[in-house]
Amino acid sequence: MPGMIEIEVKDLNFYYSGSLRALNKINLSVHKSAVTALIGPSGCGKTTLLRCFNRLHDLYPKNRYEGEILFQGENILSGVTDLINLRSRIGMVFQKPTPFPMSIFDNIAYGLKLRGIKKRSDLSERVERALKHAALWDEAKDKLNASAYDLSGGQQQRLVIARALAVNPEVLLFDEPTSALDPISAAKIEELMEMLKKEITIIIVTHNMQQAARISDYTALMYLGELIEFGDTDTIFVNPQNKLTEEYITGRFG
Amino acid sequence: MMGIFDEELKSLRERVLKLGVVVENAIRDSVRALIERDSELAKEVIKRDHLINALDVGIDEECVRLIALRQPMARDLRFITTTMKITTDLERMGDLAVNIAERAIELNEEPLLKPFVNIPKMAEVAQSMVKDTLDAFVTGCSRLPYEVIKRDDEVDELTVRNFEELLSFMIQDPKIIPLAVKRTYIAKYLERIADHATNIAEMVIYMCKGKIIRHTEMPEE
Repeated sequence: MPGMIEIEVKDLNFYYSGSLRALNKINLSVHKSAVTALIGPSGCGKTTLLRCFNRLHDLYPKNRYEGEILFQGENILSGVTDLINLRSRIGMVFQKPTPFPMSIFDNIAYGLKLRGIKKRSDLSERVERALKHAALWDEAKDKLNASAYDLSGGQQQRLVIARALAVNPEVLLFDEPTSALDPISAAKIEELMEMLKKEITIIIVTHNMQQAARISDYTALMYLGELIEFGDTDTIFVNPQNKLTEEYITGRFG
Repeated sequence: MMGIFDEELKSLRERVLKLGVVVENAIRDSVRALIERDSELAKEVIKRDHLINALDVGIDEECVRLIALRQPMARDLRFITTTMKITTDLERMGDLAVNIAERAIELNEEPLLKPFVNIPKMAEVAQSMVKDTLDAFVTGCSRLPYEVIKRDDEVDELTVRNFEELLSFMIQDPKIIPLAVKRTYIAKYLERIADHATNIAEMVIYMCKGKIIRHTEMPEE
């Protein structure tokens, strides 16, 4: 339902390797069933922020969070959060497609098997549903046992999205998901996001301003680890209130 | 890249100003042709209209080109969309100046009905509105566009006064109706010119503030 808050970031600081502060007092509300775009120049902290939402930074020791990220009201930065469970509820898609070195079918079945779904008919049904959901079924249905690497880059990216969708996530994080794709494949991914946002909350990091303008409902501009301006996308791109935002989106930055 | 785009925007702004100057001259000369009964000047206004049309088309094409190639955002987007709209208003003003010139030629062939009183006043206010809106467009955010919008009321009042005076003439002497009606037309043309100037002023406010104030009460500054 638009207007409801899915994730609330409160006074978030983040430090790499214990000392280097990469995020500074971020406060942000991510709306449910909407697309929120994080934009800003390289090194501004947008990917760092994105990776906080599924605690990806925990893969490296000494990284440290301060503040709160409330996901449906619960602070996911607290010590008790089950990260495996969190990452299936908040899925992630990266810049380069990351299919596993196995068949198309197994790529999607993999996460399901880990969650205890073993019956072939159940798996088939879930795989088909995920591929349809990711708009890949028509292209992949006749070669489910072929290697995922036989797919084109755009198809691989949709496969990865299907894999994330198979475990019924509530949020999907996209880190520049189309920057390695041609415009047609990119348009397919954008169209897919438009469909997915009806049921899934989407947060996307993108360097492509037109893409942010096209697909997002809300836009956040970050700079030097701070949130400079956050608002609905129409306002940000037509009549931004902050001078830095204006400079950045009109290409006069720096 | 940005340097080139900034140059393009600057040159677009200069083209709008050039169009503005040509339109201002057309209005000034059409009214002078009427008051000084100079039909040659009126014909010249009519002849010069193609310049206005060419500038109008050229500016529109440039705006579309910049939108397609530069994908402007924020203030650049507001500047270009404003330019497209005010160019249309300026071109219409040029057409109205042609209309004034046409009526002037017709009236100049007849004896003078009575000295012009309201029309020169209207012309003066309308021309100041056109000039000030263009200044506001160039200098950007100031009180100027708000003042222009207020001045439109003056022109509206003069239009009504002009009509009432001519109406009483027509009632007294129906033979003068063809001439008097043409004079009410001219007042109406000037009133429309002032309306177009008001449109431009509203667009300039949009360009500066990102707020659309058309069809609202008198805007807060």
